[in-house]
Amino acid sequence: MKRALAIMVGAALILLLATLTLVVMPYLQMSAEQVPPDLKPYTEKQQRGRQVYIANGCVYCHSQQPRDPSFAPGDRDRGWGRPSVPGDYANDQPHLLGTMRTGPDLFNVGARLPSIDWQLLHLYNPRVVHKDSIMPSYPFLFRHVDEAAEGDKVVYLPEAYAPESGQIVATEDALALAEYMLALDHTYPAPTLPKADKPKE
Amino acid sequence: MTPTIAILLIITFVLSTVGLLLLIWSIANNQFSHGQEAARTIFSPGEEGHSEDPAQAAEPDTMAQASAIKARWTADHSSRTAVLCWLSSAIFWLVLGSFFGLVTSLKMHLPEFLISSEFLTFGRVRPVHLNAVTYGWASMAGIGAALFLIPRLFKTSLAGGKYAVLGSVIWNIGLALGLGAITLGFSDGQEWLEFPWQVDLLFVVGGALCAIPLLLTAANRQVEHLYVTSWYLMAALVWFPILFLIANLPFTFPGASGATVNWWFAHNVLGLWVTPIGIGIAYYMIPKILGRPIISYQLSLIGFWSLALFYSQVGIHHLIGGPIPTWLVTLSIVHSVMMSIPVITVAINHHGTMMGNFKRLKDSPTLRFVWIGALMYTVSSLQGSMEALRSVNVVTHFTHYTVAHAHLGMYAFLSFILFGAVYFIMPRLTNWEWPWRRMISLHFWLVSIGILIYFVSLTVTGWKQGLALLDAAMPFMDIVRMTIPGLQARTLGGALMTLGHLVFAAHFVAMLMHRGVGSEQPTLFRSAIKENT
Repeated sequence: MKRALAIMVGAALILLLATLTLVVMPYLQMSAEQVPPDLKPYTEKQQRGRQVYIANGCVYCHSQQPRDPSFAPGDRDRGWGRPSVPGDYANDQPHLLGTMRTGPDLFNVGARLPSIDWQLLHLYNPRVVHKDSIMPSYPFLFRHVDEAAEGDKVVYLPEAYAPESGQIVATEDALALAEYMLALDHTYPAPTLPKADKPKE
Repeated sequence: MTPTIAILLIITFVLSTVGLLLLIWSIANNQFSHGQEAARTIFSPGEEGHSEDPAQAAEPDTMAQASAIKARWTADHSSRTAVLCWLSSAIFWLVLGSFFGLVTSLKMHLPEFLISSEFLTFGRVRPVHLNAVTYGWASMAGIGAALFLIPRLFKTSLAGGKYAVLGSVIWNIGLALGLGAITLGFSDGQEWLEFPWQVDLLFVVGGALCAIPLLLTAANRQVEHLYVTSWYLMAALVWFPILFLIANLPFTFPGASGATVNWWFAHNVLGLWVTPIGIGIAYYMIPKILGRPIISYQLSLIGFWSLALFYSQVGIHHLIGGPIPTWLVTLSIVHSVMMSIPVITVAINHHGTMMGNFKRLKDSPTLRFVWIGALMYTVSSLQGSMEALRSVNVVTHFTHYTVAHAHLGMYAFLSFILFGAVYFIMPRLTNWEWPWRRMISLHFWLVSIGILIYFVSLTVTGWKQGLALLDAAMPFMDIVRMTIPGLQARTLGGALMTLGHLVFAAHFVAMLMHRGVGSEQPTLFRSAIKENT
């Protein structure tokens, strides 16, 4: 039993060391990091949109972390923005950095595509905008009504994609998600970003 | 920045000193003298030289042998209920998870497939697939195999098996609730940690209930030395609850530091949970079926401790180029490369023991699955070390290449070893041989060809995708179009794998119902007469 216990305690201690280096120290360092003064907190509606983003797993195809151009030049050249810094994510819980780019990076999508009509149209059916897009449509975020009521946000579709009769209007969830997309704008300067000589590998 | 580096330097210095002192102490106390005697712990008297694939193959010559075989039978049957609970649940989740994987794959090249319901949108079926196969199939089958091996390794009966049965019930409830929550849109939002934290508590309780029989049985053990498999199993059962608990602490880690915790956890699910279980099983099955001890016992212990040290710190290589401190990324890259040490030591032992016995792959289903799994462990780990290098990662990050690599590890390595383990365990628990040899064969070929197509198509596609993403000259939509053939091929591979799982599951159910003709001979790929050559 003594040896069994020694193995288990040793194993636990090694994991605690890893926790110290990979969890505790980064946490201490990054929570002390300066938050960019121009970073705006999310409004209630944007926060709700963020929950819609989480619930429908947008993170599985879209990242939110442009890399340094000296490392991966494509990120800047595609217009995805400056490299992100820890302070940019001060309001993000949970983080949505993402690990896939089946679709483009969305860290600055609000600056790149600032039209709410475009966002709604694209969510309703991405193929209206890009013929070969493989992003799913989100019909359940929209309602099909005979006549849009006062205050309804109508999605205007080209004839080929429009329903035979009636109109497509956005639900609250769709509007919130589109608002969140527009809030993804981190084009302000990041004070913590080194100016020229970012360390390379 | 400077204080962090200073702390790191101090920690490094203290650690190296402590490590050195430990090494001196263990040499002085003969901790390295176990040698080959210890490697023979798993054999009963006179068993060496005989394969255990056919349970009753070796006719007992002496009283000692007869009593050892009887004791082993008793040990196997002490864990019967608990093991069957975990394994049958695992196979249910495997089939369910495979279908969700297949739907996910289809949706990637047929974006209008099953879109009308929010419950089946891509972003929900994908995490259902991942969580069902990770926490359902891999974890439950791993725990089931561990519960079977523990009494054998300690040469005693499983004590407290009822706690493990209760644990499986709670674990299954957790899975059902967690997968339901994802489907309904209540995901926690981080990869590998999607289950709401309230549901996570069930996994902590279910897992802890499995630790009770482990500790009770360890206390009763009848063997002097703890065979290396038990090291891996004990460590895994210590590590998982700690990891799972810390990573799921709600409202603790915001923003970018949440990302480091996320990937520290996610890679440790592979490194410190399913990998030790997989390697541990292979360390038992390969020598047992060949009837010869592993070639270097000392190496196996070095492999164990270096795995613990290095694997626990590799996670941040998932954030290379991300908004986190550079030292942190570098630390994980260094450890990822250092992982080649445990990987090579394990490879020497697994494949070295196989040397000269490769013809046994022709007849033994367990050996074939387990050894291919062990080989894929070597391959996927070395690939992973390469992938962590900045120069490679800049291409492969954010692409399908990573998905292919993940399946090489979780499937070709881990799932193959678990398949092999199930083929070994079931006849001993049910006193019944596998009914149909051809079904094992069919299962093997379907999943092997399936994962081959899967891996090759996504690896090639992912690499091309990664190169194209780096250069903005190629429009994004062109990259999307370029990946389509690879994604279609993946669906084909995935469909073959799913079909293989259906065959496997049907055979498993037939086994439970004692279908087929009762046989005294084990079900091998070929007739058993060639057995002892």
